[in-house]
Amino acid sequence: MSADSEDEFMSGMSSEGGFEDGNESDSVSFGEEFEDDEPALDFGLHDKDITSAPKKPYEVDFDVFGPRDIQKYQDKQIDEVGAILGQPPESTAILLRHARWNKERLIEGYMDHPEDVLEKAGLGLAGAVPAKTMVVDGFVCDICCEDEPGLETYAMKCGHRYCAECYRHYLSQKIREEGEAARIQCPGDGCSRIVDSKTLELLVEDDLKDRYHELLTRTYVDDKDNLKWCPAPNCIYAVECGVKKRDLNRIVPTVRCDCGHYFCFGCTLNDHLPTPCALVKMWLKKCEDDSETANWISANTKECPRCNSTIEKNGGCNHMTCRKCKNEFCWICMGVWSEHGTSWYNCNRYEEKSGSDARDAQAKSRQSLERYLHYYNRYANHEQSAKLDKDIYLKTEKKMTNLQSSSGMSWIEVQFLDTASQALQQCRQTLKWTYAFAYYLARNNLTEIFEDNQKDLEMAVENLSEMFEKPTSELAALKVDMMDKTSYCNKRRIILLSDTAENLKNGSWKFNIDINTA
Amino acid sequence: MFASKRLGKELAKIHDKLPPGISVAKAEDLQEWQMDIKVLDDNPLYRDETYRLTFHFSSKYPIEPPEVTFNRTGGFKVPIHPHIYSNGFICLDLLGKQGWSPVQNVESVCMSIQSMLTGNTKNERPPDDEEFSSRNTKRPRDVNFYYHDNDV
Ligand SMILES: [Zn+2]
Ligand SMILES: [Zn+2]
Ligand SMILES: [Zn+2]
Ligand SMILES: [Zn+2]
Repeated sequence: MSADSEDEFMSGMSSEGGFEDGNESDSVSFGEEFEDDEPALDFGLHDKDITSAPKKPYEVDFDVFGPRDIQKYQDKQIDEVGAILGQPPESTAILLRHARWNKERLIEGYMDHPEDVLEKAGLGLAGAVPAKTMVVDGFVCDICCEDEPGLETYAMKCGHRYCAECYRHYLSQKIREEGEAARIQCPGDGCSRIVDSKTLELLVEDDLKDRYHELLTRTYVDDKDNLKWCPAPNCIYAVECGVKKRDLNRIVPTVRCDCGHYFCFGCTLNDHLPTPCALVKMWLKKCEDDSETANWISANTKECPRCNSTIEKNGGCNHMTCRKCKNEFCWICMGVWSEHGTSWYNCNRYEEKSGSDARDAQAKSRQSLERYLHYYNRYANHEQSAKLDKDIYLKTEKKMTNLQSSSGMSWIEVQFLDTASQALQQCRQTLKWTYAFAYYLARNNLTEIFEDNQKDLEMAVENLSEMFEKPTSELAALKVDMMDKTSYCNKRRIILLSDTAENLKNGSWKFNIDINTA
Repeated sequence: MFASKRLGKELAKIHDKLPPGISVAKAEDLQEWQMDIKVLDDNPLYRDETYRLTFHFSSKYPIEPPEVTFNRTGGFKVPIHPHIYSNGFICLDLLGKQGWSPVQNVESVCMSIQSMLTGNTKNERPPDDEEFSSRNTKRPRDVNFYYHDNDV
């Protein structure tokens, strides 16, 4: 980022509109951006072999379901189990919910002690009583104390009878105010009978019924370990994945919802590949605890290491050029840029001080802070750069749209910018987490390969990021170059993630903390 | 109000007859009542003391539980108990959304609290009392009590 390139993007462009998240494919393959339905466009054809390759070590199998699928699947299970148990659907539903959808356990338990199972699920003795309200002579409602003749009343099989009005109020309180559905009990004191869906159908208004079914579906997903809601705001999909909790120190199960959101199935946080959930949790906690120490790092201005004039960062790229003295340096380590990417220079690696430097406690604590700041600095920087990259892309995109007519390019043809921008976002996300990962990594013969992969991805990312800062008029001519850099970034990311995941699976990484206690 | 008939009946009933150790201090409207309770046996923790409870009724009472707290002003003390906070809040599952049943009433709540005191031998506050009482400015209904085991 050169400090004076700012004006280039400042000429009255408001950045509206987000990314078009391609939801054309369910595949998790990260190369999918390269598959285009417009074959004439030659979008990264050289990546075809990667896209069609079998599953990569860091990929997991998963499925995405909409609310209707979930409802259907639930109904199907209810029918199946109901037929085996000889119970009507509404009771079967209660039994299954009570057994947290463990069919086998429910059927087995029911075969042995049907009465017990029914009792525990709040169903009491079997025997169909049709759900209907009735008028009872001399009835006084224990809830509202109404006693007028002709009062409509209702009771479930437990016989606790209240006026229909009170029953309705009670149900609406539970559903609307308390968000309950699967485990609403009879209003009677100490009665554990569960309100079944037949009762609900009879008593509550339609809008509440919708809410009730929504809540039931919610409970279904919440009850199943292999199902999780997509955490994106307002997203209606749930994702199914077979990775178990106990596997989380060996795999990072990253899934892509149909809404376009990538998240970790283990902890539902945003994609944090290649770092396992336990380390993510530890790292976030540490960053929170140390936020004040680390605050100065996220500052947007620094001084040029050569002439000390103030440099403001306004793009994602970390290759800085001082406007005044033309010094080119790296924003992260403040080192000379020309040395980046050469074999002896390592911006990403933390050089451990030799033992003699850190003899006393103070020196040790200074060194441990320094080490943390090294990694935090890079972590925070990629996070911030990703935001700046996005800003600059949105501005560029707007300008490209305006330029389409003059450059003679069609809308489809400027999509390479979108593809590049998405790759940049994803790669920075990965890079960010490699630094948290590295912080907890104990040195062994594998760390060097990891650091090399990290450095290669970092350089690829900075090179692509830099392209976005070119004058918009030049971008059309840079299309091929940009596409090459984009696919190179993706390739580097795949290499890094595959290597990390492979070693994680084999337990080859050594950490400087106990990952199992996190 | 949804159940004015119900509260009207309860009002008539508590002015008429209440179990021993429980009495009405103030019940003039259908929003807030004050009830006094005494522990009848010779439990040394509560001997010769009268405690005052304030009941608040929402418009959804008795579908929703009333808010019940011990008074600590007007010369009243908050009884010592492992489930009663020094700010007067009571951790009792029957007063929570899960444990409440709309057939419960003021009288039955008073009786439950009375028997909770009668059976107690521990001269102590909940373990998180200091933190909870100093920080908590919410109303009881907004507090998500984690119910201490109910064997006390
Ligand atoms: Zn009942
Ligand atoms: Zn009623
Ligand atoms: Zn989603
Ligand atoms: Zn995770």
